[in-house]
Amino acid sequence: MRRIISATVQNRGGVLNRVTGMMHKRQFNIESISVGASETEGISKMTFVVEVGDHQKLEQLTKQLNKQIDVLKVSDITEKAIVARELALIKVKGSGQLRAEIQGVITPFRASIIDVSRESLTIQVTGKPDKVEALISLLRPYGIKELSKTGVTAFLRGQQPQQVTEINSFPV
Amino acid sequence: MKVEAKPEMVSVTEKMTGADVLMNALVEAGADTIFGYPGGAVLPIYDALYRSQAPFQHVLSRHEQGSIHAAEGYARVTGKPGVVMATSGPGATNLITGITDAMMDSLPLVVFTGQVASGVIGTDAFQESDVLGITTPITKYNYQVKHVSEIPRIVKEAFYIAASGRPGPVVIDIPKDVSAAVTTETFSSEFHLPGYQPTKKPNPLQIVKLADALSRAEKPVILAGAGVQFANASENLKQFAEIHQLPVVTTLLGLGTYPGSEKLSLGMGGMHGTYAANMAIYESDLLINIGARFDDRLTGNLKHFAPNAKVAHIDIDPAEIGKNIKTEIPVVADADEALKMLLEKADSSMHHEPWLEKLQGNKRDYPLWYEQSDKEISPQWLIEQVYKQSSGKAIVTTDVGQHQMWAAQFYTMEKPNRWVTSGGLGTMGFGFPAAIGAQLGAPKDLVVALVGDGGFQMTFQELSVVKERNLPVKVIIVNNEALGMVRQWQESFYEERYSESVFSSNPDFVKLAESYGIRGMKVDKEADVEEVLQEVFSYEGPVVVDCRVVQLSNVYPMIAPGKGIHEMVGVTK
Repeated sequence: MRRIISATVQNRGGVLNRVTGMMHKRQFNIESISVGASETEGISKMTFVVEVGDHQKLEQLTKQLNKQIDVLKVSDITEKAIVARELALIKVKGSGQLRAEIQGVITPFRASIIDVSRESLTIQVTGKPDKVEALISLLRPYGIKELSKTGVTAFLRGQQPQQVTEINSFPV
Repeated sequence: MKVEAKPEMVSVTEKMTGADVLMNALVEAGADTIFGYPGGAVLPIYDALYRSQAPFQHVLSRHEQGSIHAAEGYARVTGKPGVVMATSGPGATNLITGITDAMMDSLPLVVFTGQVASGVIGTDAFQESDVLGITTPITKYNYQVKHVSEIPRIVKEAFYIAASGRPGPVVIDIPKDVSAAVTTETFSSEFHLPGYQPTKKPNPLQIVKLADALSRAEKPVILAGAGVQFANASENLKQFAEIHQLPVVTTLLGLGTYPGSEKLSLGMGGMHGTYAANMAIYESDLLINIGARFDDRLTGNLKHFAPNAKVAHIDIDPAEIGKNIKTEIPVVADADEALKMLLEKADSSMHHEPWLEKLQGNKRDYPLWYEQSDKEISPQWLIEQVYKQSSGKAIVTTDVGQHQMWAAQFYTMEKPNRWVTSGGLGTMGFGFPAAIGAQLGAPKDLVVALVGDGGFQMTFQELSVVKERNLPVKVIIVNNEALGMVRQWQESFYEERYSESVFSSNPDFVKLAESYGIRGMKVDKEADVEEVLQEVFSYEGPVVVDCRVVQLSNVYPMIAPGKGIHEMVGVTK
C-alpha cells in the first residue's frame, strides 16, 4: 500500500542520510521524498511517499523513523485531510501548430509554459500526484524529452473532520 | 639580509588544545579506561594524553579490532560505556566489526576516530575515510566535530546516548585541525535532545493488562533477554518469577539474568537451546518477553513460534515490539521499572501447577547430553570441567560457534553481567580481546576466555596487552582443528563436504604463548584435564591452554534452519 509519511526532523548534519539509509537497510521502498525548511529555524520537514507491504511493516517504518535521534515527530497522514502537492517540469516536443494544441491540453490543469525553444516547450504543473500523472500521460503522445518531479510535499489541513491521532508514541 | 626571527613556540601548557578539551570532557564523563591505538590524525590527542594528569588509563592494543572488542567486554561487565580511540582511515575501518557487534548486542560504546584536517576532507587525502558515512548504519548516533567549542557538548551527549535507553555505540569523528586547535576559552557541555526521550516508566494500563493476562494464564513462561541486565532488573525478575511461579527461558545474551540452577530456570531457548525451554515456548499460552528481541536464532521458523501464546513484550525500544512477532500486550519501558510495577500487582495465587510439573518433567527427561569418548577430550565435558574447577564463578567470554554454544549450555550462569559473548553479529575473534576488557573492568574477578582455535587466531596478537599488564586472563582454546560449526553444518546439510573448514596447520599454541612471555599449556588426554585446570586456576598470571578436543563432536539439540521451535533434532542420544 502507498502511504504518505511526514517527519519533522532536527536539521543536524547527515540527517537525510540517516533516514534514507535506515529505510534502505530495512528494505522500505521510497517512491518519493521531499525535504525542506519548516516554519521553525533548525527544523526541517520531510515528506515520504512509500510503498509498504502491510500494516506491520508500516508500523515498523514509523517506529524506526521515530527511533532516529534527530527525528522529532512522525505521522502517517495518508488517511487524514491533507494538502499534498508536487511539481513537475515536462519538456515536450512541439513546434508550430502543436504548440496551440498542447496549450489546449494543459489549460484545464492550470499548468503553464515556462520555456519555449524552436523545437520544444517546457511545462510546469503543480498539484496532487494523480493530477500530475494525468497530465504527463496526456502529454506523452507528443513526445516527452525530459521530465523532472519534486516528489510530494504535504501536511494536514487546518481543520480535520475528526480527531487526529498521532502514531508517534514519544512525547515531543 | 634580514634574518627572520624564529616563531616563538606556543606553550601548550598555558593554552589548551582541542585535544586537552577532549581529555577534560572524558574526565567529566567518568571515563577510567581508554582502549586505543595511535596514528597520524590522532597525534594531537595522544600528545594531550601524554601530557594529561587525567585519572584514566590508556590500553594500547595491537590491532584496532582488539581495542574495540576489549571495550565491548569492559562495557558488558561494568555497564559503563567502553571508550575507544583510533586514527583516521584504516584505524577507523578496523573498528567496523566491533562497532557493528556492539550495535547488534546493544553495548554502550563511545568511539573516537581521528579524521584528516577539515580543509582536506572530501579530497581523498592520505588516510581519509568517510567515517560518518560508513558508520551511520551501524551506530546509534555519530558526530563529526566541526569546531573545538563543540567538544564538551558532543562528548557529554555521546556518553548519554550510548548508555541510556537501548544502549549502543556512538562514534565521534574529530578532524586533526580541531584537536590541534588552540583555545583559551571554556565551553558549555549543555545539551538538548528533543528527539530522544526514551520511555522508562511503563504505561500503567499496559501493566494492568499484563497482570490480568497473567492471572488467567495456564501455561505462562518468561523469556528473559539482555534488556534485563541493562536495566539491572535481575533481582526483580527473580522475585516476579518466584511469586507467580513462572518458568524462565533465557536468550543467549540473557544468560545469567536469571540464575541458571534455579528450579524455575529452563535454560537457554533457541537453535541450540534445551528441549524444556523450547517446548515451553511452543506450548505456552502467555509468553512474557522481557528485554529480548525475538532474534531468528531464538524463534526458528516464525510460523511455529509460540503459536498458541498471547505475547507480552517489555522493551525500552518500541521498534523491537511487533517487529518479528505479533504482540498483544506491548509495554514500552525499562525492564526494571516494568517489573517493579508488576510486582505491586503481584498475587501469589496461580493455577498452573500441571504446567510446571510438565516442564519439570521435560527438564528431568530431556537434559542436555553429549557423548564422552574413551581417551579424547569431549568439548562439552571440558566445559563442565572448566565450570567445576572455576567453581562456576568466572566471567566467561567466547567467540562464536560450537564452543560458544557448549559454553552457553554447560557453563551455567548464576549472575548477570558475567557472560560476554558475541550474539547478534557472531564475531570470531571477539572472545579473547573481550576478556582483556572484562578483566580491566572487573580486576578482582576470574576471567576465562573460552575460544575456538579459529577465532583465537584472528585476534591473538592481543597477548602483548595481557603480558604488558599482567592481566590474569585464562585462555582456554577449545581446539578441534576446525571451524567446528561450519564443519557441523557441512556434515548435516552439505553431505559432509568439508569445504575449507578443517585446519591442516595450526600454530603450536604453547610456544605461541611463550613467545609473548606468557605461560602456555597443552592437554590432550581426558585424564590430565583436572590437573591442568587446577594448575590454570591456581596460577596467578595469564595462561593459554591448548585443549585438544574431539573434532567431530556436534552441538545438540538443534533446530535446523527453517524449522519450528518444536522440531528439534538430537534431543536425546
